[in-house]
Amino acid sequence: MAVHSERVQTRSPESGEAVVAEIDTSAAGGGAEGAAPKRTRSAGGPGIGSRLAPYLLLLPATVATLALLGWPLLKTVLLSFQNLNRRQLVMHLTEWTGFDNYKEQLTDPDFWAVTGRTVVFTLVNVVLIMVGGTLIGLLLNHLGKRMRLALSIALLMAWAMPVVAATTVYTWLFDEQWGVVNWFLDQLGWHSMADYNWMSDEYSTFFVVILLVVWMSIPFVAFNMYAGLTTIPKELYEAARMDGAGSLKIFGSVIFPNLKPFFLATTFLEVIWVFKSFTQVYAINGGGPEKLTRTLPVHAFLEGSGGQHYGVGAAIAVLTILMLGALMAYYFRIMIKQEDEL
Amino acid sequence: MRRSLFGRTWPNVIAVVLIVFFAFPVYWMIATAFKQDRDIISKTPVFIPFDATFDHFSTAVNAPDFWTYVTNSATVTVGAVVISLVIATLAAFAIARMRFRGRKTFVLVIMMAQMAPWEVMTIAVYMISRDNDMLNSLLPLTLFYMMMVLPFTIWTLRGFIAAVPKELEESAMVDGCTRTQAFVKVIFPLLAPGLMSTSLFGFITAWNEFPLVLIVNKEQGKTLPLWLSSFKTAFGNDWGATMAASTMFAIPVLILFVFLQRKAVGGLTDGAVKG
Repeated sequence: MAVHSERVQTRSPESGEAVVAEIDTSAAGGGAEGAAPKRTRSAGGPGIGSRLAPYLLLLPATVATLALLGWPLLKTVLLSFQNLNRRQLVMHLTEWTGFDNYKEQLTDPDFWAVTGRTVVFTLVNVVLIMVGGTLIGLLLNHLGKRMRLALSIALLMAWAMPVVAATTVYTWLFDEQWGVVNWFLDQLGWHSMADYNWMSDEYSTFFVVILLVVWMSIPFVAFNMYAGLTTIPKELYEAARMDGAGSLKIFGSVIFPNLKPFFLATTFLEVIWVFKSFTQVYAINGGGPEKLTRTLPVHAFLEGSGGQHYGVGAAIAVLTILMLGALMAYYFRIMIKQEDEL
Repeated sequence: MRRSLFGRTWPNVIAVVLIVFFAFPVYWMIATAFKQDRDIISKTPVFIPFDATFDHFSTAVNAPDFWTYVTNSATVTVGAVVISLVIATLAAFAIARMRFRGRKTFVLVIMMAQMAPWEVMTIAVYMISRDNDMLNSLLPLTLFYMMMVLPFTIWTLRGFIAAVPKELEESAMVDGCTRTQAFVKVIFPLLAPGLMSTSLFGFITAWNEFPLVLIVNKEQGKTLPLWLSSFKTAFGNDWGATMAASTMFAIPVLILFVFLQRKAVGGLTDGAVKG
């Protein structure tokens, strides 16, 4: 028994490091899983009972998904075709209006401004997160043991911070009067920043939001990058170095090709996460000043629940979901291919 | 050999800057929570609270309804995690160990559900809860949080189950166990660490959830994230109390993470990176 439980642990190998994340072990484990069951199944000549078994096992999960995820999705779509404001909500009226909400949104310059802003917001964040995370992952790989541990702990703290708590702390760091950031900038000699109100301007609000999102998201990428690097055989680096390759060349010819699945998957995950991020944008400044920092999820929420135009909010939600769907389609194609290879 | 790339000093200097960048906000939250008011609002920031006080924590704890928020959060979170664990174990076993028609579709749905845009579906969730007379209970929140963590739980457990050698189960079946018995007696005990870490990550997700509670059930379903976000307004500019509240909210998660990361970061990244 002891032997077997050890084999289980190989999935998350213990080492002296603070953070251990093995990406490639999962691929190896998955490979063994894929081929074997097929043979057993067909050889055994399964009866009706065992043929039904998987479906029975999946039944609760399927029911839950349909009821708790499918239903809200469907409901959102239905609401988007209704004229539903506070009056209709309180009086339980259903007023179908066809595509009116969509026409209104698609011809509204505000909606397109929000959409454009969301795209830029996502792009900026994801580039910063991926580049920053990759560089920090490489750095972790280069540091001595103690420094690596210290940096890992710092990264872990940022990663573990609950979003709402982190947002509150950032509001405090950037507080107009008592914020330590303003004090620091003043000390550096930038005296006009001593009492600067970061929330008074679109760009400085976004600066705070982006800093917060990047701060929270980099650790995930950095840890995975570091874990990925530890799976690359040392001989590959040595061979590249023998050929006279510099750091950049090594990244391009050894690291990137080896970790391509990691880069693809993480980038798309970050795109989706950043695109959807709500709490950071909403809680920092409520989409203000003057609606200028609203991104799509915040816009859907504020127009719908805040403005009590629930039908309009639902239409924005559906448009957001469609855009997410387009992003995800590509991502899932890659994922499904991976699943086929298992 | 390795260091020759950058030299010795620069990586360390950069690392120190990064350590400050990532750790400082967390440190600043905790430090502010312990500071005297005069140190919080001083023109020159006080970096180390030598004169520490617990006053802000008692302000926060004695705030109206604090314990309601704690109890609600705990109930909803534990309920969501337990239910999702049961449902997920069954499903994970099926997709990790069995081949059947529709398996791939199910896996795809699970991956997509993991990306579900809950942030924009709040209106629908609210109306569904209302139409089913559930606005006065914690049930809708529990169920929807359960759904939020379910796909991730299935995905991670699937990995843990797949890692248990198949031969173990087969030898148990040769010894006369049924498949169910083989699962309960052989696999289940080996899954304990997986179940632990999966449920803890589920716990963190549900504990943190914010957008949904913002609209659904504001009155009866008060949970801690909502409490925290309302704190600034409730206490005006009482940053000490706000940071004490944030610290109390974050500490359980920070501690869980420290315990978890060695064992479970592998599982987390498997689940996350693969979908």
